[in-house]
Amino acid sequence: MNIHEYQAKELFKEFGIPVPSGVLVESVDEARRVVAESPLFKGETKPAVWAVKAQIHAGGRGKAGGVKLARKPEEVPDLVGQILGKTLVTHQTGPEGKKVLKVWIEEGSNIVREFYLGVVIDRTTRRMTLIASTEGGMEIEEVAQSHPEKIFHYPVDPLEGYSPYIGRRISQFLGLPFTAQSQMVNIVRDLVDFFQKRDASMVEINPLVLTKEDRLVALDAKVGFDDNAVGRHPEIRSLRDLTEENELEIEASKYNLNYVKLDGNIACMVNGAGLAMATMDVIALAGGSPANFLDVGGGASKETVEQAFRIILGDPHVKGIFVNIFGGIVRCERIAGGIIAAAQDVKISVPLVVRLQGTNAKEGREMLKSSGLAIQVAEELFEGAEKIVLAVKGGK
Amino acid sequence: MSILVDRSTRVIVQGITGKEGSYHATACREYGTKVVGGVTPGKGGTTHEGFPVWNSVFDARDAESPDVSLIFVPPAFAADAILESVAAGIPLIVCITEGIPVQDMVRVRRVLDSHNDQGGKIRLIGPNCPGIITPDGAKIGIMPGYIHKRGRVGVVSRSGTLTYEAVWQLTQLGLGESTCVGIGGDPVRGLNFIDVLEMFEADAETEAVVMIGEIGGEDEERAAVFAQNRMTKPVVGFIAGLTAPPGRRMGHAGAIVSGGKGTARDKMAFLESHGVRVVDNPSLIGKTVADVLASGKSRRSLHPA
Repeated sequence: MNIHEYQAKELFKEFGIPVPSGVLVESVDEARRVVAESPLFKGETKPAVWAVKAQIHAGGRGKAGGVKLARKPEEVPDLVGQILGKTLVTHQTGPEGKKVLKVWIEEGSNIVREFYLGVVIDRTTRRMTLIASTEGGMEIEEVAQSHPEKIFHYPVDPLEGYSPYIGRRISQFLGLPFTAQSQMVNIVRDLVDFFQKRDASMVEINPLVLTKEDRLVALDAKVGFDDNAVGRHPEIRSLRDLTEENELEIEASKYNLNYVKLDGNIACMVNGAGLAMATMDVIALAGGSPANFLDVGGGASKETVEQAFRIILGDPHVKGIFVNIFGGIVRCERIAGGIIAAAQDVKISVPLVVRLQGTNAKEGREMLKSSGLAIQVAEELFEGAEKIVLAVKGGK
Repeated sequence: MSILVDRSTRVIVQGITGKEGSYHATACREYGTKVVGGVTPGKGGTTHEGFPVWNSVFDARDAESPDVSLIFVPPAFAADAILESVAAGIPLIVCITEGIPVQDMVRVRRVLDSHNDQGGKIRLIGPNCPGIITPDGAKIGIMPGYIHKRGRVGVVSRSGTLTYEAVWQLTQLGLGESTCVGIGGDPVRGLNFIDVLEMFEADAETEAVVMIGEIGGEDEERAAVFAQNRMTKPVVGFIAGLTAPPGRRMGHAGAIVSGGKGTARDKMAFLESHGVRVVDNPSLIGKTVADVLASGKSRRSLHPA
């Protein structure tokens, strides 16, 4: 589960990680009110510049015009107006882009240097790993390609936990001035604490900046949480923003269906995640293009299959459906019964190919053939994929 | 022969009185597995579906000295269940549970590694896996027993139903399986491809290995390097997820392409260049194994690197 920058910064603040002061607005009127009333725009200590930042769950906002700087408070509402409602297309949004519904306004910083600081679970060492780089503000993947020597990795032993020497090693690698080292030690400590206590799966501070005043500040914040652990953190679960997610995917999650929308036109419904991926691949191998990933799980009852059909057909690009079930514990004739009942309830106007294999597959296939429904039946995986591709291309 | 489990293997089930645990304990027993009882805290001393129930793995160990603990405990309590079996010294732990928080598994794996570093020998299969089966020997997991047939091919996989697909083909072609190990779809887990390949290489009954991987991580690549340097037996590989978009989790917690790494295409190319016979059509896994075994070049000699 991902959250917005402003939510991540609020969590950082709670854990003691320094972030710029800021305020969230959802309309130009609200921006005007904030400029008139908020201490962020008043007094001797008011900043010389303000950052106006689009809040979407994707990186690359700056290049897409989603981050602007205001030199005077009165410029802020105009800039908010320019960003709000705009659809930003970045390398992480896909071609359809993401619409901006919220804007974060924060104090600008006098940047002297920019760093990268992140935490992930590294699959190879099987440990929480700290990543630091002198090349702040750049994509870390690019730095890893072009200048791997500018990246420092430190796997934290889960039994040992955090110790200040880790923060000092990172400070040293980044070449921080002595005055900033103790700040870094505290930031790394608090970051590890946050990562562990809230079951984060990924944290990126890019950039972490050193200011003219010798302060380290998290200028950006990107945080993802472990979907398997969100259940034990209600305060994190409440940060989920449904407007950032695909409607069909939200609908599917209500029925415990694992659905990911893709760009193609042949939908698939499969039991098991690995087989579901392989089914998508086989559709492509047969010359088609998969419209989704959908794992209906082990049960595949009539209700599950019916909901799965409704979700699949909610995608207007779908021109055909390929159901691929390997009956193991669940017998194929039960699954066939579910498919027939669901197909009668849900009006399916596109070609449907069902491939059944495994326990009592023959009986299941017979039931489908004699159901009187327009269902093509297949025995083998590739055979099924070829049939659906042909049916879709034939325009039937 | 076979690897890890056979007809004599004695199994306890953690979470035996739960719906899943109860169903599969019974199904394993029906297959012929020696299920000697189970554990549910608070229900010790009772009997469930004919199985004796203990309060703890320690009690079960003292009573029956089991070789394996098969775990069906909900995700929030599963790490604790694994750690209890480690503490009780159960040699093989098979955890079926899907959805365990990854940081729980980081800790479990660290405890397990440190136990083994100090001379222990405890193995974990899973979590988020179908389990392990030696056909006509022992089924310790949730796979349908009847699709398997005792034979010549070892199977190791990160997936469940996709494994059944491959197994079914091997069975239909009369090749059969020596042992099938589902290592699981989570990013942090117990046994890995390499561990299982090493066992298959040493197993007299196994003549070839099917390795089923998917997007995410670099375990398949490491396994390919191992196979090239250390194995005489042929390995046929399949990687799921060619069409998976980057940055999206495909069902399994570990099935995600991140930062441009772990794509199916890169994995397939790497495997191919390290002597693994890569199949791009999953319908042809069985046939490819048959071809490799029939080619007469099924064993190769190892050259010193």
